[in-house]
Amino acid sequence: MLQEKDKIFTNLFGDESYSLKSALKRGDWDKTKNLIANGREWIIDEMKKSELRGRGGAGFPTGLKWSFMPKDPDLTNYLVVNADESEPGTCKDRDMIRNEPHKLIEGCLLASFAMNAHTCYIYIRGEYFNESVVLQKAIDEAYEAGLIGKNASGSGWDFDIYLHRGAGAYICGEETALLESLEGKKGLPRLKPPFPANKGLYGSPTTVNNVETIAVVPSILRRGGEWFASFGRPKNTGTKVFCISGHVNNPCNIEEEMGMPLKELIEKHAGGVRGGWSNLKAIIPGGSSVPLIPKKTCDTVLMDFDSLSAVKSGLGTAAVIVMDQSTDLVKAIAKLSHFYKHESCGQCTPCREGTGWMWRMMEKIGSGHANSSDIDKLLDVTKQIEGHTICALGDAAAWPIQGLFRHFRDEIEDQLKKIKAA
Amino acid sequence: MSELKENFTFNEGNLIEAKKILSKYPEDRKQSAVMPLLDLAQRQNENWLTREIVEYVANYLEMPFIRAWEVVTFYSMYYTKYNGKYLVQVCGTTPCWLRGSDQIVKACKEMIAPTQNTLSKDGIFSWMQVECLGACVNAPLIQINDDYYEDLTYDSTKNVLQSLIDGTPVEVGSQSGRKSSKAVS
Amino acid sequence: MVKVKINGNDIEVADGLTILQACEEAGLEIPRFCYHDRLSIAGNCRMCLVDVEGSPKPVASCAMPINDGMSIHTNTQSVKKAREGVMEFLLINHPLDCPVCDQGGECDLQDQTVAFGPENSRFEENKRSVDEKHMGPLIKTYMTRCIHCTRCIRFADEVAGVNQLGAVNRGENMEITTYLEKSIDSELSANIVDLCPVGALTSKPYQFEARPWELKKTQTIDVMDGVGSNVRVDTYGWKVKRVLPVLNEDINEEWISDKTRYACDGLLNQRIDTPLIKKDKSFSEISWNEALGNLKEDLLTTKPEEVAFLLGDFVDLETAYLTKKLADDLNIKTIECRQEGCKIPFNHRSQFLFNSKIKGIDETDCILIIGSNVREEAAIINSRIRKNIVSKNIPIALIGNNVDLTYDYDYLGNDINIITDILNEKNPFSDELLRAKKPMVIIGQSVLNRDDSLQIYSLLETFTDKFNLIQDEWNGFNILQLTAARAGGLEVGAFQRSRTLDDILDSSSDKYRIIISIGADEVNYDKLGNSKIIYIGTHGDRGANAAQLILPSAAYTEKDSIYINTEGRVQFANKASFPPGDAKEDWKIINQLSELMKLDWSFISQTDVRDAIFSDFPHLTEDFNELSNGFIKILDNKTKDENEFVLKDTRSIKEKKSDTLNGNIKEFEENSAQKIFKSYWKDLNDRQREYLRKYNYPESWSEFTEYFGFKVVNDIKKKNNVILPYEESYAESLGKSWDDLTYNQKKWAYTKRNKNNLIGLADDAIFTPEGIVVLNDNQEAYYAEPKEIFFENKSLSLSINDFYINDSISRHSNTMAECSRARNEIRNPIKEKAS
Ligand SMILES: Cc1cc2nc3c(=O)[nH]c(=O)nc-3n(C[C@H](O)[C@H](O)[C@H](O)COP(=O)(O)O)c2cc1C
Ligand code: SF4
Ligand code: FES
Repeated sequence: MLQEKDKIFTNLFGDESYSLKSALKRGDWDKTKNLIANGREWIIDEMKKSELRGRGGAGFPTGLKWSFMPKDPDLTNYLVVNADESEPGTCKDRDMIRNEPHKLIEGCLLASFAMNAHTCYIYIRGEYFNESVVLQKAIDEAYEAGLIGKNASGSGWDFDIYLHRGAGAYICGEETALLESLEGKKGLPRLKPPFPANKGLYGSPTTVNNVETIAVVPSILRRGGEWFASFGRPKNTGTKVFCISGHVNNPCNIEEEMGMPLKELIEKHAGGVRGGWSNLKAIIPGGSSVPLIPKKTCDTVLMDFDSLSAVKSGLGTAAVIVMDQSTDLVKAIAKLSHFYKHESCGQCTPCREGTGWMWRMMEKIGSGHANSSDIDKLLDVTKQIEGHTICALGDAAAWPIQGLFRHFRDEIEDQLKKIKAA
Repeated sequence: MSELKENFTFNEGNLIEAKKILSKYPEDRKQSAVMPLLDLAQRQNENWLTREIVEYVANYLEMPFIRAWEVVTFYSMYYTKYNGKYLVQVCGTTPCWLRGSDQIVKACKEMIAPTQNTLSKDGIFSWMQVECLGACVNAPLIQINDDYYEDLTYDSTKNVLQSLIDGTPVEVGSQSGRKSSKAVS
Repeated sequence: MVKVKINGNDIEVADGLTILQACEEAGLEIPRFCYHDRLSIAGNCRMCLVDVEGSPKPVASCAMPINDGMSIHTNTQSVKKAREGVMEFLLINHPLDCPVCDQGGECDLQDQTVAFGPENSRFEENKRSVDEKHMGPLIKTYMTRCIHCTRCIRFADEVAGVNQLGAVNRGENMEITTYLEKSIDSELSANIVDLCPVGALTSKPYQFEARPWELKKTQTIDVMDGVGSNVRVDTYGWKVKRVLPVLNEDINEEWISDKTRYACDGLLNQRIDTPLIKKDKSFSEISWNEALGNLKEDLLTTKPEEVAFLLGDFVDLETAYLTKKLADDLNIKTIECRQEGCKIPFNHRSQFLFNSKIKGIDETDCILIIGSNVREEAAIINSRIRKNIVSKNIPIALIGNNVDLTYDYDYLGNDINIITDILNEKNPFSDELLRAKKPMVIIGQSVLNRDDSLQIYSLLETFTDKFNLIQDEWNGFNILQLTAARAGGLEVGAFQRSRTLDDILDSSSDKYRIIISIGADEVNYDKLGNSKIIYIGTHGDRGANAAQLILPSAAYTEKDSIYINTEGRVQFANKASFPPGDAKEDWKIINQLSELMKLDWSFISQTDVRDAIFSDFPHLTEDFNELSNGFIKILDNKTKDENEFVLKDTRSIKEKKSDTLNGNIKEFEENSAQKIFKSYWKDLNDRQREYLRKYNYPESWSEFTEYFGFKVVNDIKKKNNVILPYEESYAESLGKSWDDLTYNQKKWAYTKRNKNNLIGLADDAIFTPEGIVVLNDNQEAYYAEPKEIFFENKSLSLSINDFYINDSISRHSNTMAECSRARNEIRNPIKEKAS
């Protein structure tokens, strides 16, 4: 269990104020100038050493990602922070924004400096109105204190942060859709290549990072990449904020060591599964986009990228959605299918046409008027979407269904047969 | 409420605000401001947009009407009809559903209107079911205008709605008494 | 050049291509819906997915650039599955209303479903339906059929330059619409009908008019403006049903203006179909002999000074030439083709042409427009300018009325003094012109018909020196001609050097006793007082109303003729239909008149006229050798051996010696000679032979090979070491042999290869390994893949010949009645055979 002293987000729950004064007490903005003085290479090097993997869901190594940014000083590079947090189950960035905004802002400065960006946009989901007010206040404070703006923190680096509110579209969490949205258009994901690091916001080199990815940067640089890497297992390092929701006694957000066993995580922090561990049916371990895992797997699996992908699921956003024996799994997944249908941008064929079809078939199965061949058909349709779309929303819509039938097909078929017989 | 507002313009405060918003983006990228400006305009107009307002914003940003209209219809937070003083949005996605969002919907049906997107009899409320609001560990929850009310039950939902009717709003946030997303223990 | 592997074969292709383009180079067609060469890449339909080694997912080939060493697979199981998947998705919400859909028969979705689609649909839910959208009088929408490829949106944004189309809502509720369902405010709007791969956007006027396979397709030239867009005219019987663009990179790329597309409606209405004479204020019919005799009397009894010829906007080169010749021979000095009232006494063709050529717009780095609303006057040229402005952001300025040209320009004002200022470097735009390497000035007609136009014109001519408009390989001095007839009329000198149209019109009523108006409908005839007006034309328009004698002539789709466009390009228009009733081709009317007048010239055939033109104005032949791609000129056949001729076509020179080819030609000539003249080739005189050659030989290389069969084509294929015929590789990709394919699959394979000359197929099409032959209701043979018509089969070759003979008869019949008689004669024996 992560010790209190090793926690990065000491004010995750807002026990203290988010204000600059309070943040300074917690060690934010401590000699930021010196960190910058160490230079770009050093920062990227430390990030690489920390083995931090992006916290937005895909888990791409952050240091490596930053190193892709062109170094040409004539280019206008951008850092864009992805605070669109819309993945069902996920609500960690929200707490960081409303209670620890200065960690994020300081991280923006450091990351931007490392990537030769003078400007950073933070794209926050529109529904987080109150959170955006807090963040804007914190940004204003930081400007007033000279921490950002011209000659930010006395580092000689000019740096601006702008907050941009979304307006209700999950797809804008996809990084290129986010950039389109930031440019004042519909959030339609772009074709890649070109990748944002070459042609991103306004056609300039851009890196998009998740809030958590950026907010942990100051701590990593202060305490050292090796310190961060000392948590968890190789390639799956650091501390991580988990969101535990669903059928647990005490749903909560919690910062823990990466790679903590799932069972321990739930029992230690969330008060255990409702009705006890034996009452568990399945868990979605990484936000709605990853396949669920049955209890048997939950018993032993570790909460990190590689362990979860070994059991054909994923860490995703580390949003743990717990479902106990009372859960109608088909309905639970059908709700997710509805979510993806509702959130598909409509740009590319498989996703536009497929998400709605999948949801309708899920509903049909849920209503009981289906048979085994309907399930085959549905699974075949998920395969027709998976990997064939412009962005990963298609995959995200397909996987939960595949996961459901991978583990519970027999049970569901029995159910259908019973209904038919009746 | 539903008649067209002739000649919409930003009020004085919002004109200043609009300038401020525009200054966030490069000069030749005015279109970037379309989302915040639509939001601003919507707030000035009882939280809904008419075609005319959209055209005003498009003109303001020198962008084609159809491009602005695309934006309005793409994002779910722009409304093209009046939704009452309080728009109640009930999250119905899986994490909330697991913790009883159906009960919240039931409360809304009883207190507001039997169907979504319908004004309550007193014209103050309307409700709709929405997708994940991003506060899942505080499920189930509703968003009323800009505020989240979390950790709800059937009863506490009714309580929240009643408090708005009575004009003595309860505190925003968790209704179970816990601090943000911290585990109660 | 980079090396890539496609389906295991090494191939070298140019750098910078996409995978899809590279596959096309390799002769493989990748199915696609959203991709279009001339639009930005959207990559949204996902139909073009292919496998690339090393990539875990299939990639959208339309969007992915090739890399050296890439290994691409287009025929794997996973690609096949991906395509089937996309097809299934596209179809779940697409109505299956092909039988009532105007796109049926030429629908990408229909074709690709047959070729790549799954066996049947597994969709059991309700289909989505979408409301119709209003997009104006030309475009009919049926949005439930839309597959959201966004081609229409991209066209409106990128080519037409009007940001008026968009996709609203998201996900499965996405819909294509204009803002508030307003009409699209573009003169190019109907091109989206061609672009739409399904029947979501179709042509309103053409709605339910015909099925594509019933139509005869003729490639020809548009005359609605001075651009000379290449078009295809589709006819059903003698009715022109629609006009579609034909690709010509040098002129209209693949667009046409809405005017070009829909002017054909007028061809059916208000037509004059018999000679008419005015008696007691009303018209009565007379015969051609009477009418021409009447005209002859008039000319013989009137002094030449009292006769004037007016040439209208659609007059073809042959007619202009003959009229000028007639006027000269009768010593008539007054002949005028410049209906907009131009006052400049041109001495050289470069003074009235668009010298930089339309293509030059792509090369120029600075444009000054003077007195022209290019968007209205030549929409195609305007969109070309727009393309260059948008992609290269070159300086552009306009003097004249401040109009919306769909792009931003520097508006200098509407004052003639600005021209002087620019010349004297008192205007900032002078710098731009001086700096430019290939500057271009476009001068509109409004500049040339002002009272002070001579002064201005000479001022503008000094621009050429000052701003270096004329260089070795560049001439940036451009006059924009507004009509199809004008450049030709000016070429043959059908205008008055020291006077203008106004001088004719302003003359006292007695000055001109006879006015012969050839389709001149813009003239204010009221000013002519008591003059007798003879009108030769097609429609009951202004000219006809003013006339005492009316001679009916053929409209532009009803005759073979030559037009010279504003660039000076000589182009050949082909007869797609017949003039109505007793109407005749214009040149024949003038020609017959010259015969009657016993002038010492008169031509037997149109070829004679053309030869005379080209020997009087030899520079015109230079132009068409260089410019009209694919045109074959038969050079000087008198000096050649009987059976030899020269093909003036770069591609054909290599092949012309081929023995099989000559053999085929001989046989064909022999057949035609016997059919038409009832004698053998060797018994024909030169003129008869030339006649046969000219009219029975095709006019382009592709058409030529159509005649002489697949053997030639196969030869070329072998020589250039080109890949397997597409059809075979297609069958291979399905893991089947050709014979195993279904009817529809074969159809797909053929039609995809031959998009441009695709002829819709009837169900009784005959497939041979070498090609498809279709007989229509009249037992005329149509070819689907002309290059590969099977010649050995006797009955087929017979009907194909008959088809062409038929066509040639109709070309040479004077009237429709004559033509149908001739046709019937030829048809009857075939009918017997059929029954
Ligand atoms: C449909 C979709 C939605 C996404 N939503 C989010 C999101 O809400 N927040 C986020 O940080 N990343 C989201 N992502 C991932 C981003 O595309 C991107 O990978 C991430 O922001 C990169 O940041 P990181 O490297 O710090 O993880 C989403 C991706 C997809 C395909
Ligand atoms: S209307 Fe036609 S061209 Fe436009 S998006 Fe739909 S299918 Fe494509
Ligand atoms: S043609 Fe490539 S995705 Fe449509």
